[in-house]
Amino acid sequence: MANIESAFVDLGILDALAARDSIVHRLDPRVKVLTAAVFVLCVVSFDKYVIAAMLPFALFLSLILGLAGIPARFVLKRLVLVAPFAVLLGLFNPFFDRQILLHLGPVAVSGGWLSFLSILLRFGLTVGAMLTLIAVTGFNGVCMAMEKMGMPKIFAVQLLLLYRYIFVLADEGQRMHRARALRSFDGRGTGITTYGHLIGGLLLRTLDRAQRIHLAMLCRGFDGTIRTSRPPRLVARDVLLFALSCLLLIAMRRYDCSLLLGQFLTGLVP
Amino acid sequence: MSHHIVEVQDLSYTYPDGAAAVRGISFRIHHGESVAVVGANGAGKSTLLLHLNGALTPQRGTVRIGDFPLTKATLRDIRRTVGMIFQDPDDQLFMPTVFEDVAFGPLNLGLPPEEVEQRVLASLARVGVEHLRDRPPYKLSGGEKRAVSIAAVLAMSPDILVMDEPSANLDPRARRTLIELLAGFHHTKIIATHDLDLVLDLCPRTIVIREGQIMADGPTRDIFTNDRLLEESHLEKPLRMQACPVCSGSMARKTEDAGSVHEH
Repeated sequence: MANIESAFVDLGILDALAARDSIVHRLDPRVKVLTAAVFVLCVVSFDKYVIAAMLPFALFLSLILGLAGIPARFVLKRLVLVAPFAVLLGLFNPFFDRQILLHLGPVAVSGGWLSFLSILLRFGLTVGAMLTLIAVTGFNGVCMAMEKMGMPKIFAVQLLLLYRYIFVLADEGQRMHRARALRSFDGRGTGITTYGHLIGGLLLRTLDRAQRIHLAMLCRGFDGTIRTSRPPRLVARDVLLFALSCLLLIAMRRYDCSLLLGQFLTGLVP
Repeated sequence: MSHHIVEVQDLSYTYPDGAAAVRGISFRIHHGESVAVVGANGAGKSTLLLHLNGALTPQRGTVRIGDFPLTKATLRDIRRTVGMIFQDPDDQLFMPTVFEDVAFGPLNLGLPPEEVEQRVLASLARVGVEHLRDRPPYKLSGGEKRAVSIAAVLAMSPDILVMDEPSANLDPRARRTLIELLAGFHHTKIIATHDLDLVLDLCPRTIVIREGQIMADGPTRDIFTNDRLLEESHLEKPLRMQACPVCSGSMARKTEDAGSVHEH
């Protein structure tokens, strides 16, 4: 349970980061969501053995992190937390794909290892991009941006409420878990049946609470739409920066910058 | 301003599972009155309160708020007039930040953004929590949550405040602040509570409910001195009206030798 507890504390850190002020934070949420989408599309569309050409994207990401003043430690820590999934995904590539594609000095590198590394890199870049997006926009900002861009309102409301009440739910779950742990000894009472009851109880509580929340919303004139007092407005600077970053990302996808840089540097040496 | 009357006549409500929660309750609360609704757990207090702003529709009897009977057509007006403060502030604070939460009601009323902002700031200032405006509600303390949920209701500028256990889960200082805050309001107040000392401070009139019916309705002072009534309704005299257990009875005799530890 310690892991889950700390994971939820992390959400609080995300919020605190999103509340900061920087040139990246001030951008319209829509611009940030779209840029992140372009970034992810570019990264995942690379060929499966590509590694070097993706490195400039890591540079782009660290540039944004730097501009926004988000500590890299924050993103790296969470990447390590979820990395096992990516490792599992690519684990068998080195065994199945043994064709030698590359010689690094005396070491022969097979295609499997290359694609494995490529998967890890892609994973790091895409998850890193999403974490960065939320850290500079805030979960609510992301929801609002997606709604403005045509996501059905009901999903936006659902996501907002989910984000608000995940803390309350985690709290209730934790209390029930603790109450169970305090009264089970020698591994008795920890079986799957007990957890079934626990989860059932949690569900019933949640339904009750949902009803009360809906009531509280009705009491304050809720009619299906959540209105916000400060609708975000696109300014010229937002559009310009969006166009620039898109151009840059697409250029990085189209041309292998690492290769170009390498050729340039080796060209310098007679 | 002379129409903020709450009138309930012969109200009954039975839940779908067959539990008759309210059985023929009638009362009339006048403008500016402050009334406590007290009774045992499950006596029907909450069910009664839910009728006052149309969360439940009466199965028998009528509810009138001001000049309007409570019907589907008047529901919107009545919900603006009657501000409901729930027992668990977490149920009431559902927006991502304090500011947005307090703005939720006024925005739904269709007020222009400047007016909304003014109202939000004014109600946050009224309960003394302006500094919390950009905080997410889940990070607040119990007392702060309570204050914000009151601000959220005040922002709708209601004429009548209905509260369910306002002092539940508050520490003594937060409870005292709440009492002082509520004492400063000129709204008509209806407070359901087990905190009888709070009733003594805030409500000159008390309605005692037992098993869905009114046992007594009158001046708080008379009701709290009626030992038999309190006993039958699962209540106790407010602590302030009880003789000090340390100074009287067995405890006093024991401490006599030890000198006057306790001075009265």
